[in-house]
Amino acid sequence: MLLALLQAPSVIALFLWMIVPLLMTIYFSFIRFSLLNPDISGFAGIENYQFLTEDESFWPAIINTVILMGAVLIITTVLGTLLAVLYDRKFFGKNVATLLVIAPFFVMPTVSALIWKNFIMHPVYGLCAFVLQKFGFHAIDWFGEYPLASVIIIIAWEWLPFAFLILYTSLKSLDNEQKEAAAIDGASPIQLFFYIVVPHLKRATGVVVMIETIFLLSIFAEIYTTTSGGPGHATTNLAFLIYSLGLQQFNVGIGSAGGILAVILANIVAYFLVKMLAQNLKGR
Amino acid sequence: MKKYENLIFGIVAWIVAVIIFFPIFWMAITAFKTEQGAYSPDLIFVPTLDSFKEVFSRSNYLGFMMNSIYVSVGSTLVCLIFAIPAAYKMSFFPTPKTQSTLLWMLSTKMMPAVGVLVPIYFLFRTFGLLDTVVGLIIIYTLMNLPIAIWMSYTYFCEIPAAILEAGRIDGASVWEELWHLLRPMSLPGLSSTALILIIFAWNEAFWSINLTSANAAPLTAFIASYSSPEGLFWAKLSAASLLAVAPIMVLGWLTQKQLVQGLTFGAVK
Repeated sequence: MLLALLQAPSVIALFLWMIVPLLMTIYFSFIRFSLLNPDISGFAGIENYQFLTEDESFWPAIINTVILMGAVLIITTVLGTLLAVLYDRKFFGKNVATLLVIAPFFVMPTVSALIWKNFIMHPVYGLCAFVLQKFGFHAIDWFGEYPLASVIIIIAWEWLPFAFLILYTSLKSLDNEQKEAAAIDGASPIQLFFYIVVPHLKRATGVVVMIETIFLLSIFAEIYTTTSGGPGHATTNLAFLIYSLGLQQFNVGIGSAGGILAVILANIVAYFLVKMLAQNLKGR
Repeated sequence: MKKYENLIFGIVAWIVAVIIFFPIFWMAITAFKTEQGAYSPDLIFVPTLDSFKEVFSRSNYLGFMMNSIYVSVGSTLVCLIFAIPAAYKMSFFPTPKTQSTLLWMLSTKMMPAVGVLVPIYFLFRTFGLLDTVVGLIIIYTLMNLPIAIWMSYTYFCEIPAAILEAGRIDGASVWEELWHLLRPMSLPGLSSTALILIIFAWNEAFWSINLTSANAAPLTAFIASYSSPEGLFWAKLSAASLLAVAPIMVLGWLTQKQLVQGLTFGAVK
């Protein structure tokens, strides 16, 4: 009895945190509710969902969300794996180099976005423009010409250390004897990579993909500080769309409908993640 | 042959490390330039602390920094107060339901923030929590609680229950048992848990931007205000960013090893 009391506060807090906002989102998504037009009210049925899916920015936002997520996932896992393999050997000053590689993960998102936007990608004063011009090329107006790609580069830079750190940790647990045995049997480094390293990293890669997916669904600060979703809707993702509908245009109903879609997307991913974690749970 | 190979790969690894770190290095350099000098890519310049002085005198930088400290340390403390008893119970007195409770707690972490942004904003408006430090502490506590419970649970599980039993047989009271046996043994693990929670809360930018403005804005939200075109003062932006990022990066480097466990909920060790 007393023991249950130790656990109760956390359970209750998390239960409320899980259920109350979600129920409210569901409820809001089915009523007419705009803070700018308090007179309009009542049950809306699926009107909000209809309105949302017919909005010209909706499908671009969904497509942008998927592209952004997919691109960042591919870049971070592929480069992360290569980096992990590269760092899985002894070299001079390895500890310091590792610190440099993981550093971007500790930079707050607003700072990373502004560093890239101003110092690296600025079309006039950015380093990229400086280097290109030095070699006789035209400077690139990153956020004007390739807005989504620019945002992807920034976010991939932030998450590469995460993928690297986890894949590298997992790689360290790979049995060296296995690698040596394969090498003695005449396996080439490429065979070694595809038949021993990649299968060993499968599980860790799964974890990276799932955790990144959940965070990438809510990518917001980077877009907010660099492009504000523009030009046009070029960099508007689901998170930014919900923000602009709900908090900028104060249309609570439609914003909530978008929220529900995001929750459904995340739950599909979460289902697999929880299943994987369950296998791993040991306890004592 | 093997020696050369390692040397070459070592050089490649270092080049990659330098490229990845470069934007941060560049920000740090720019912080010591003058506002005019910030726009030129010169590496040779006379370093100045003007931007730092400007940041402190022109804006309420200290206020935003204090908000960041209140919010991250505050939420971490509340988190631990909730998490430690729960993790203690679950690891030393598990029931058949403990596993699924833990997994359920983790699954609350998988709710995308954007899915509940609208109702949270609304609730905050109703209860007067918008733009308050207390409001952010509540959100960050709930956001970090599953990680806090999970990590402390893992650390408690590493402590052999037999040691506590031995203490009990020797006549230690429950309180003595907790204070003299459990506390010293779990302190290293719990402090790295605390550091990781602080890092997460410090760098959180979704809720801080959406729920705060002038009063309770922590550094993440303050620095977002440099994104407007009229706010383009690169040297000052760099100085403000450097101060905001440096302490947390040191913490991050210190907790590198535990970080992997904390981030993957123990799925990768």
